[in-house]
Amino acid sequence: MTKQADVVVIGGGITGTAILHELSKYNLRAVLVEQEPELAAGTTKGNSAILHAGFDAPTGSMKALMNVEGNAMYHELKDELDLEIRWSGSYVAALDDEQVDVLKELLARGQANGVPGLKIVSGDEMREEEPNVSKDIKAALFAPTAGICWPFGLALAFAENAVINGAEVIRDCKVTDIIVEDGAVKAVETDQGTIETKYVINAAGVHADDISRLAGDDSFTIKPRRGEYILFDKTAQKDLVYSPIFPTPTKMGKGILVCATTHGNVFVGPNAQDLPEDDKDDTAVTIPGMDEILDKARRLVPNIPVGATITEFSGVRAVSNTGDFIVGPSEKTTGLLHAAGIQSPGLTSAPAIAKKLVNLIVSETGASAKSDYKKGRPAQPCFRMMLDADQKALIAKDPRYGRVICRCETITEGEIVDAIHRPVGARTVDGVKRRTRAGMGRCQGGFCGPRVTQILARELNIPVTEVRKEMRNSYMFYNKESGGKA
Amino acid sequence: MGEQLYDIIIVGGGPAGLSAAYSAWQNGAKEILVLERDREAGGILQQCIHNGFGLHHFKEELTGPGYAQRCYDLVKDKPEIKILVDTMVLNIGQDKTVTAVSPEHGLMKVKGKTIILTMGCRERTRGAIRIPGYRPAGVFTAGAAQRMVNMEGYLPGKKIVILGSGDIGLIMARRMTLEGCKVQAVLEICPFSNGLTRNMVQCLYDYDIPLYLSHTITAIHGKDRVSGITAAKVDDHMKPIPGTEFDIDCDTLLLSVGLIPENELSRGLGIAMHPLTNGPIVDQHRETSIPGIFAAGNVVHVHDLVDFVSEEAEIAGKYAALKAQEQLPEDVADIAVEAIDEVRTCVPQHVRATAEGETIRLFMRVRKPMKKVRLTVKSGDDTLLTKVLPVAKPSEMIAVNVPAAKAKGHHADWTVSVKEEA
Repeated sequence: MTKQADVVVIGGGITGTAILHELSKYNLRAVLVEQEPELAAGTTKGNSAILHAGFDAPTGSMKALMNVEGNAMYHELKDELDLEIRWSGSYVAALDDEQVDVLKELLARGQANGVPGLKIVSGDEMREEEPNVSKDIKAALFAPTAGICWPFGLALAFAENAVINGAEVIRDCKVTDIIVEDGAVKAVETDQGTIETKYVINAAGVHADDISRLAGDDSFTIKPRRGEYILFDKTAQKDLVYSPIFPTPTKMGKGILVCATTHGNVFVGPNAQDLPEDDKDDTAVTIPGMDEILDKARRLVPNIPVGATITEFSGVRAVSNTGDFIVGPSEKTTGLLHAAGIQSPGLTSAPAIAKKLVNLIVSETGASAKSDYKKGRPAQPCFRMMLDADQKALIAKDPRYGRVICRCETITEGEIVDAIHRPVGARTVDGVKRRTRAGMGRCQGGFCGPRVTQILARELNIPVTEVRKEMRNSYMFYNKESGGKA
Repeated sequence: MGEQLYDIIIVGGGPAGLSAAYSAWQNGAKEILVLERDREAGGILQQCIHNGFGLHHFKEELTGPGYAQRCYDLVKDKPEIKILVDTMVLNIGQDKTVTAVSPEHGLMKVKGKTIILTMGCRERTRGAIRIPGYRPAGVFTAGAAQRMVNMEGYLPGKKIVILGSGDIGLIMARRMTLEGCKVQAVLEICPFSNGLTRNMVQCLYDYDIPLYLSHTITAIHGKDRVSGITAAKVDDHMKPIPGTEFDIDCDTLLLSVGLIPENELSRGLGIAMHPLTNGPIVDQHRETSIPGIFAAGNVVHVHDLVDFVSEEAEIAGKYAALKAQEQLPEDVADIAVEAIDEVRTCVPQHVRATAEGETIRLFMRVRKPMKKVRLTVKSGDDTLLTKVLPVAKPSEMIAVNVPAAKAKGHHADWTVSVKEEA
């Protein structure tokens, strides 16, 4: 494959997809390349899923600017792209007087950063809203503009809208080199061929420094810092929390929080473990790590229901050596733009980062806005949320909506088929899971996994042995020696 | 399909559901509806292609599908029994309205005079037992792997480690070996096996598959696909002992770490549940805390043998049929049945005594493996039954009858005890 583009976005996480979405509003040939078979397969799938209000980062930092702007943008985008967001507000809890002083600092910083509506509430006021938090909490900073979201869904929504508007997403596509001539980007080499382009946007997460070096820019490094999480069954929520509950931050970061998800589960985490730089994708979970997060989470919410654990996972933060986001043109290579070092609050900042970078390209190239830009994306049917009459009508139209594949979450074959054939559709079992919730319940795909595998094989017209769990080489099943019956 | 009234609606068409349907029919129920979510009736037996089923119930050795067929043959041509497959029950209302969905019939609401819950159980997952390490492809529950191998014709991998010595894990150790795979080890965190003795012998020893008791997995390796695991010995508190770790090369990890009764519908109904069985609290007729709603089989408590599942389902079927016909005898006393000493669980958890009395069958599981134990059932200070058993193991259910003549009139609460003989 050799193709031409105006802009190549490297990395299909929340940052890359938000950038592609923004690019697709203009008359630019935009291509996003992602090395894994699914989008949002890196840091975007392993984080706290919080849309931060914006009081954490130092005033004037890129993090603070992008956070506050991004948060405001999501309030607009929620309806436009049908995003799974709940504007829950968030609490930072203080357990002693020293921590109460920190809350006051956070309040002042937040106000300087332009965060609306911040206030300090007493422990009792907080417990009226969140009755299960510790009696030891003396006061809390409440941020009404914070929310919780479904990060994979956000990234997909951005990508789906971009593709509808003519942008291209190429998955299973690993960047092998970036061709630079006379100090300017010429092409991106991938294991699927060459893409000639004048602009490259580096949104490669923990690998952003590697990508930058390929283009002759070694001005920064990314250190991987892992965070582990434990996820609990939906039945546990009534005993836990509805909003994100943070401890008072320390120099080490925002700390281990207790938080609900948009789907009604509850999780605790993350801790912070620096990884060796040659192992940036180490998303293992550890026993000491899980003990640590449970121990710390109990200081905020004493009765953590360990017995309702569904799963544990971890994600890797992309920490830049500057400590701040690196958003803007490379100082070494013309046509290379960075969206690098995007750790927290990266999820919140993504649309603001996208707008900033795309505005730069638009003003340089003079690209015009598309006159036929389409807002939104195709509606995604959700059987379990429908009224009886609508369920009946849907099954009458397509009987596959009458066949429940995932029992725990009541996900039908119709929804799974839709997930596969949507723009940037699911290619893997976990891709189906993150689009539909099939396999996300208490049995964790024990029942539906084999069935989803077979639906994927049928709909993608590939052998069962080529269906993957999620990552490039995560093949699920082998043929029998005898050849099997299929 | 309109809101039709059935004598009995049975949720689940596995061995429990089919046995309950047959028994209900034998006991005079006229309108029986069985709702099964899979493409065929038979439940999990359909994938259990090994033999060893039916020795008690059908007095001959059958395969899983063979046993399921026997159950199915008893009900298939009865005009009073309707079986809908590919049908998932979404909700059961307090008024016994069942909402279900299928591609063929769409969304349907049906009502039962009585309902029997026979949803079976599901496997405990990796997350529930917190195994550290990566989350690659190649980690399966033993049952999911069994379905893929036996029903769909694919292998989950070639070089296998099995965590847990539950029966499905042992059966899969043999199955994978017969498919040409190499089973590297079976690891069990307890100091004893959790499977039937016959499965230990026929599935592990006969194939020289190593069993590591008091061992667990401390890490799963491989980012895209499993490339190995680290095992370690555990102490008396089941915590890994540092320094005892060793690596085992494998591409697949199968989990056989316990079964959980599938009671989401029961909980939705607000049925009283037992914290140790994880199933509904039932009386000797298998009626739950909601009058007219019965439960039987693995949804009540995890059984070791399907034969006992059928037996229990026949009890539920019979009394649900009598209830639907308003022939269930009035009870004169509600007697608690308490598991004490080394008895971990006992089903039923209570007995509704009738004036004429009836034989009460008790199913129990013990806490630990023991030799030469005494089993005693008492009502207050009166001994109803006492006997010595040569062995008792957590993996094997103990079933005893308290004869009607003994049970009658003993309305003080019962205790069920197992103790090692001095």
